[in-house]
Amino acid sequence: MEKTLNNKAWFMVLPVLFIVALNAIVPLMTVVNYSVQDTFGNNVFFFEGTRWFTEVLHSGRFHASLQRQFLFTFTILVIEIPLGVAIALTMPRRGFWASVCLVLMALPLLIPWNVVGAMWNIYALPDIGLLGYGLNWLGFNYDYTQQPTAAWFTVILMDVWHWTSLVVLLAYAGLRSIDDNYYRAAQIDGASRWAVFRHIQLPKMKHVLTIAILLRFMDSFMIYTEPFVLTGGGPGNATTVLSIDLVKAALGEFNLGVAAAMSIIYFLMTLLVCWLFYTIIMQGEKE
Amino acid sequence: MARITLDKIAHSYLPRPTTDADFALKEIDHVWEDGGAYALLGPSGCGKTTLLNIISGLLVPSLGNILFNEEDVTRRAPEQRNIAQVFQFPVIYDTMTVAQNLAFPLVNRRVPKGEIGRRVTEALDMLDLAGKANRKARGLTADEKQKISLGRGLVRYDVNAILFDEPLTVIDPHMKWQLRTKLKELHRRFGHTMIYVTHDQTEALTFADKVVVMYEGEVVQIGTPAELFDEPAHTFVGYFIGSPGMNVLPCEVAGDRLRLGGREIVLKRSYPELRGCTELGIRPEFVRLARPGEGLPITVSRVEDIGRFKIVRAKLEGYSFDAVLPEGAEVPEGASAVIDPIRINIYQDSHLVRGGA
Repeated sequence: MEKTLNNKAWFMVLPVLFIVALNAIVPLMTVVNYSVQDTFGNNVFFFEGTRWFTEVLHSGRFHASLQRQFLFTFTILVIEIPLGVAIALTMPRRGFWASVCLVLMALPLLIPWNVVGAMWNIYALPDIGLLGYGLNWLGFNYDYTQQPTAAWFTVILMDVWHWTSLVVLLAYAGLRSIDDNYYRAAQIDGASRWAVFRHIQLPKMKHVLTIAILLRFMDSFMIYTEPFVLTGGGPGNATTVLSIDLVKAALGEFNLGVAAAMSIIYFLMTLLVCWLFYTIIMQGEKE
Repeated sequence: MARITLDKIAHSYLPRPTTDADFALKEIDHVWEDGGAYALLGPSGCGKTTLLNIISGLLVPSLGNILFNEEDVTRRAPEQRNIAQVFQFPVIYDTMTVAQNLAFPLVNRRVPKGEIGRRVTEALDMLDLAGKANRKARGLTADEKQKISLGRGLVRYDVNAILFDEPLTVIDPHMKWQLRTKLKELHRRFGHTMIYVTHDQTEALTFADKVVVMYEGEVVQIGTPAELFDEPAHTFVGYFIGSPGMNVLPCEVAGDRLRLGGREIVLKRSYPELRGCTELGIRPEFVRLARPGEGLPITVSRVEDIGRFKIVRAKLEGYSFDAVLPEGAEVPEGASAVIDPIRINIYQDSHLVRGGA
C-alpha cells in the first residue's frame, strides 16, 4: 500500500501540544523565571542570574534534606523490592487463593495517600494508636511525635505497607509468565530451590523488577503527602524530605527564588534518573 | 540403566475419578526393557505426555506402581529417579552460557569438575555447538536452544532412561533428520532406555524398535513398525499409521466368507460368529484397480499423484476408500477394486479379531 504523505496531519497534534503547554511547559517556565529573579513585592522583579542556584547548592539545609531524601528512597527500595519478590514467590500460582491474594495485595494501593498518612498518624500514636500503644506496652519507648528514630521508623513502615504490594503485583506478573516446563526441566536437572530462583525466576523477573524499581524510586523521591500528614517533616527537621522542604521554602517562607532554583535542581535530578532507567530498560529489550 | 515396569498405572487429573472417562490415562501394564528404544505414538491429548511425566516423576499416578528394576519409585521425585527428560519447547537458562547450560545438571549432582568438563566438551561436539560454547544461550535460534535441552539430557550418561516429549517440534525439517540420526547413534553407543513421544508416525517408526500406540488414554497396540503396518490391533492404529491410512468398511463375516458390496470374498482364515460392529481393514497398498465388473464397484472422486505413487480417493458403498497405485499406472474408466484377501484384517467393535485356520 502506498503511504499517503500529508504534512497537514501535523495540525492534528496541535490540541495535545496546547494542553501540554498549558499544564507543563508554561508552569515550568514560570518556575525558571522565578529562579533567576528577585522581588521585594509590588510585582517588581530584578534579574539575579545564577545567585539562587549558587545559594541552594551551597546551603546546608538543602544538602541535609537531599541526604534524608536519598536515605529514605534507598531504605524503602532495599526493603520493598526483596520483600515484594519474596511475597510474590510464596503466593499460589493459580486457583481461588491466587485471586484472594491478589485482591488483598491490591487493597493498600487503592487507598488515597492522605488517608494512608492520616491512618498511620492515628495508628502509631503512643497513647491511643494500636501500634504506638502496643509498642509501648511491649516495653519499647516509642513516640514518633518526639523521637526522630521513631518518626523514621514509622514513615518507612508506612511506605512499606502502602507500596510493597506494587512490587508484589509486578513480580507476580513476571513469575506467572514462566512456563511450567522451566520448573519441570529444573526438577529433572536436579536444581536446588536457590538455583531455580537464581537461574529461572530472577532472570524472567528482570524486566518487571526494573520497572518496579523505577516506579518506586520516582514515587519515593517525590513523596510528599504521606510524611506531611504523618509527621509534617518533624520532629524538628528529622523527616523533612526534599519535597516537604521545597514547600516550606516556597509557601512557608515565600522564598520564591530559592524555592524555584530548588525545584529546577530537583526536576533535573528526577529527569536524570528517568533517563538512566529508560536506557537500562531499552537496552534490556534489545538483547 | 534400568528396566522400567509400569504396574497397573492409571492417572486422572481429577481428585476423585469415578468413571472411565475421568482418566487421562487408563490402566496400563507394561515393561520397558532396559536399553530399548521406544516411541509413544498418538494424537494430541491421548495421554502420551501424562504417561511420560509419570515415568519421570513429575506426576504421581492416581493408581498403580512404577518400578525401576526391582525398586518401587512411585513416590520418588524426578531428581531421585536419575532420569533425563527433554521437553517439546526448548528450556534454556538465559543467564548461562551454552557450556554452563550443559554443565548445570552435573553441577547440581556434584560431579567432579574434570569429569564435567570432559562430558560437556563431548556433548558440545556431538551437537555441533562447540563453536558457541562460551556464548550466552539466550541469543540462539530455536533449534540451537533445543539442542542445548537435548544436550542437558545427554551429558548424564549414567541415567536410567532418557525421555523425549516431542523434542523436534520446533526444529527445521532438515535438522530433524540430523538430530534423529544423532539420537539413534547415541542409543547404539550408550544403550540408554529411550522413550520418545511423538504424534508423527515417520518419527516414531524410524526412531523406535518398538512403537506404543495410544488412543484416548489407552495403549491400543505395542509392536514393531512392521506389526503395526500388517496387523493393526485397533482400527485407530490402522488409520493413524500409514499414509494414506487403512480403509475400514463395515461388512458381514460368516466363517471364512466375507460379504461386502454385494460380493463374497473368501478369507484366508475363518472366524467365529461376530457380534457388534464388524468391519474389515485393508491397507490401500493391497488394493488393485481393475476393469469394471472384475472387483468391487467404486466411484473414483480424485487421484493424487505424489511422485513415487498415486493415491486414488474413491467411495465404496458410500464409505471412503483409498487405493495406492504404482507410478505410471492408469486409472481405468469406471474402475472396480480388487482386494488381496490375505491382507484383510477383521475388526469387532474396533478391535482386531484373529481368525483360526
